[in-house]
Amino acid sequence: MKTAFFADIHANREALEACLRHAEKLQIDRYAFLGDLIGYGADPSWAIDTVMDYHSRGAIVLLGNHDEAVLSRPEMSMHDDARYVVSWTRSQLSTAQMNFLKELPLVFDKYEMFMTHANVFKPQGWEYVTNVIDAKKSFSATFDRFIFCGHLHEPVLYHQGATGKVVQFIPVAGVDIPMGITRRWLAVIGSVGQPRDINPAACYAIYDSSRNTLTYFRVPYDIATASKKIADAGLPVWLGDRLERGV
Amino acid sequence: MTDIRFSPGSSIDGFRLESRIHAGGMATIWRVTKERVSIPMAMKIPRLKDGDDSSFVVCFEVEQMILPRLSGPHVPRFVAAGDFSEQPYLVMEHIPGKSLESLISESQFNPHEVASVGLRIAKALHDIHRQHVIHLDVTPDNVMFRASGEAVLVDYGLSRHEQLPDLMAEEFSLPMGTAPYIAPEQVLGVRSDPRSDIFSLGVILYQMITGELPFDDPKSMAGLKRRLYLAPVPPRAMNKKCPKWLQEIILTCLEVDPRNRYGSGAQLALALENPSQVVLTSRSDLENPDSLMTKLKRWISFSRSGPIANRSVSRHLDSVLIIMAAVDVSPGMETLSDAIRLAVKRIYQGERNARITCVAIRKTPLVGIDLGLDDEGNNMYVQYLSALKHWAQLMELPSDRISFHVLESPDPAAALVHYARANHVEHIVIGARGSSKLRRFLGSVSSHVVAEAPCSVTVVRLHETWDASGQGSGYSSHG
Repeated sequence: MKTAFFADIHANREALEACLRHAEKLQIDRYAFLGDLIGYGADPSWAIDTVMDYHSRGAIVLLGNHDEAVLSRPEMSMHDDARYVVSWTRSQLSTAQMNFLKELPLVFDKYEMFMTHANVFKPQGWEYVTNVIDAKKSFSATFDRFIFCGHLHEPVLYHQGATGKVVQFIPVAGVDIPMGITRRWLAVIGSVGQPRDINPAACYAIYDSSRNTLTYFRVPYDIATASKKIADAGLPVWLGDRLERGV
Repeated sequence: MTDIRFSPGSSIDGFRLESRIHAGGMATIWRVTKERVSIPMAMKIPRLKDGDDSSFVVCFEVEQMILPRLSGPHVPRFVAAGDFSEQPYLVMEHIPGKSLESLISESQFNPHEVASVGLRIAKALHDIHRQHVIHLDVTPDNVMFRASGEAVLVDYGLSRHEQLPDLMAEEFSLPMGTAPYIAPEQVLGVRSDPRSDIFSLGVILYQMITGELPFDDPKSMAGLKRRLYLAPVPPRAMNKKCPKWLQEIILTCLEVDPRNRYGSGAQLALALENPSQVVLTSRSDLENPDSLMTKLKRWISFSRSGPIANRSVSRHLDSVLIIMAAVDVSPGMETLSDAIRLAVKRIYQGERNARITCVAIRKTPLVGIDLGLDDEGNNMYVQYLSALKHWAQLMELPSDRISFHVLESPDPAAALVHYARANHVEHIVIGARGSSKLRRFLGSVSSHVVAEAPCSVTVVRLHETWDASGQGSGYSSHG
C-alpha cells in the first residue's frame, strides 16, 4: 500500500497540482495532508476545495498552525507578514471551507503510524523538530514505529535504533530508503508550497508498505505564476520572491 | 551451542547448505547451492543470540541494505536476502581463493608486485565510490581476487552509502573499523569521506613493502589518535629496496588531511600504473623517523586545525575527475592542438583537483613490421613523447596533475577508448579535423571515439571561415 504525504501546501496551487500529477502516475492508495493547507500563498480557496475532495475519498487531513490561525486570532508569535496573510486568507474562504478547517484533527495515530503537523510531544505547541533532541522527544512520546510530520519545510529523516540514539539523515530525492524494521523512523516531509532548503522544487514523499521504503520527491513547478499571483493579490511581494530561492 | 537448523544438508528458503566456510565472531558463512543457479554462492548468517552486541545486527542490516545496490566485478554479486523478522541471511556470489591477508602472511613483495596489487584495489575502490558507497573497512582480510585478476572488496558491514541513512551512526561504540587501517577522520567519527578508503589502502601498501604496520595495532582511543599527528616511519627507512616513487605514493595516501591524499581511486591507480611519472616531493626523500621536534610541531598543528570539511561522495568525485586530452602531435596540426589545449584549460579551470592525462597516438601499420624508427633512425616513441610534453607546457599545470602517454596502435580510436576505460577517464577532449568526403564515409577517429567512449567527449573543431559564396575556404583558430 502506497501512502503519499503532502505537507505545508500554503495555498500554492501550482506546486500542489504538480505534486498531485506526479503522484497520480505512481498509483497511490492513500493520501495524507499534514497541515498548513493555507497561509502565504494566493490560492487558499482552491487549496481547501482540492483537499476537501481528497478527504471525501478517504484522505487523511490534519490541522496546521496556519490553518488554526485562520480559524481564530493569529498567534502573537507570527510575524507581521504572516498575520496579514492570515486575515487576507480568511477573507477568501467560505463558511463551508472554514467549517472544514474547524473539524480537522491534530493527529492521526493508527497502524503503527503517527502523523501530525509539527511534533509528537506537544502537537498544539507547534514546536519544530529541528534536531535529534527534538526527534528523540517525539520518539519518546509514542510507541508507533513511524512518525510523519511537516512544519519545518525541509525534508529530514531521523532514525532510532536499539541503543536509543537518534541519528539525522538528509534524504536524497528519488532514492528508495529501506525503513529497517529493527528501528523507528521520524520523517519530516518537506514543503509542497514553500520549500526552505534552498531547493525551490516542491517536495512530497511516498511510503510503500509492501516494499517498506520511503521515497522523497522534488517536483519542479511553475514558480513564476505562483509568485505573480501572490503579488497580484496584494500580498507581500517577498513571499513570492522566496519561492524562487527556496528559502 | 550449534543451531541444529544450520548443518550441512539443511535448507533455508531453497538454498541448500553445503559446507561451512567460516565461523566468525559476528556471522557464519556457508557454501550454498540452489536449483537452477549455477554461480557459486555463499550465505552469511549473523549470530544473533541474546545479549549479543546490537552492533552485530546493525552490521548485518547495513550489508543487507548496501550489497544489493552494488554491481560490477569488484563486488560479490548479491543473490538474495532473508526476511529480518524470520531468518536473516544474505546470499551472495562466492569468491574462491584466499584473501590478501593470507597472501601477505605467506610472502614477500617486491615494489612492482605491491604496485600491481595496489592498482587493482584502487580501481575497485573507485568503482564502489562511483556507486555512492564508501567501504570504511578496507583491510587485507576484506580484499580478494578473481581468477581474472580484478580485486573484489568484501564485507560491507561497516560501509556507508551516501544516499541512504547511516545505520552505524546509531551505535555508541565509535569509531568503527579495524584499528591498524582506519583513517584519522574515521577515528574522529567521520564516515562520509571516500578518501578514508584511500588511506586504508595506503596502510596495506605500507604493510606489503615493509612487513610492518605504519601505526601498529592500537587498543586504546589514545593509541588510535596518534595517527592524527604522528607520521609513520618512512617505508624507505624500513626497507631500503622501497623505491622513492612507491614511498611517495604510500605517504600521499597516508596524509592526515584527506585533501592532501589522492582525490580518488582512479588517481591513485594512475600513479601506481605510471611510476616513472610520479612527481617526487620531499616525502620521497624522508629516510628517518620524525625527530622529537617534528613530532611536537605536528601535534601543535593538529590541535590547531579546524574540522575537515565533509563533502558528498559523488560531488567530491566530480571534482577529482580525470580528463584525457587526445592530441595529434604530427606536423601541420598545431592550430588544432592549440585549440584542444584551450578547451582542456577551460574544463580544468572549473575542476580544481582534476588530473589531465595527455595521450598521443602513433599509428602503427596493420600489417608489416613496425620498426618504431623514423627515416633518420630516431626513435619515434620518444619523439612523440617530447612533442606531447612540449604541447602541454603552455597549460602551466602543476606537474603532479598531468601525465603523458604515447599509445602505439593500428586503430587509434579503439586505443583511445580502451585507455579511457582502463583509467576511469571521465572526460575526453579530442580534435576533429575538417571534414572530407573520405572521412565522412569512413568515419573519423573522433566520431568513433564519440560513439564508443565510456564518458563525455568534447570534440574540438576549428571555426571555418566562409567566403562570399557561402563555401568554407579556410580555418581560423578561434575554436
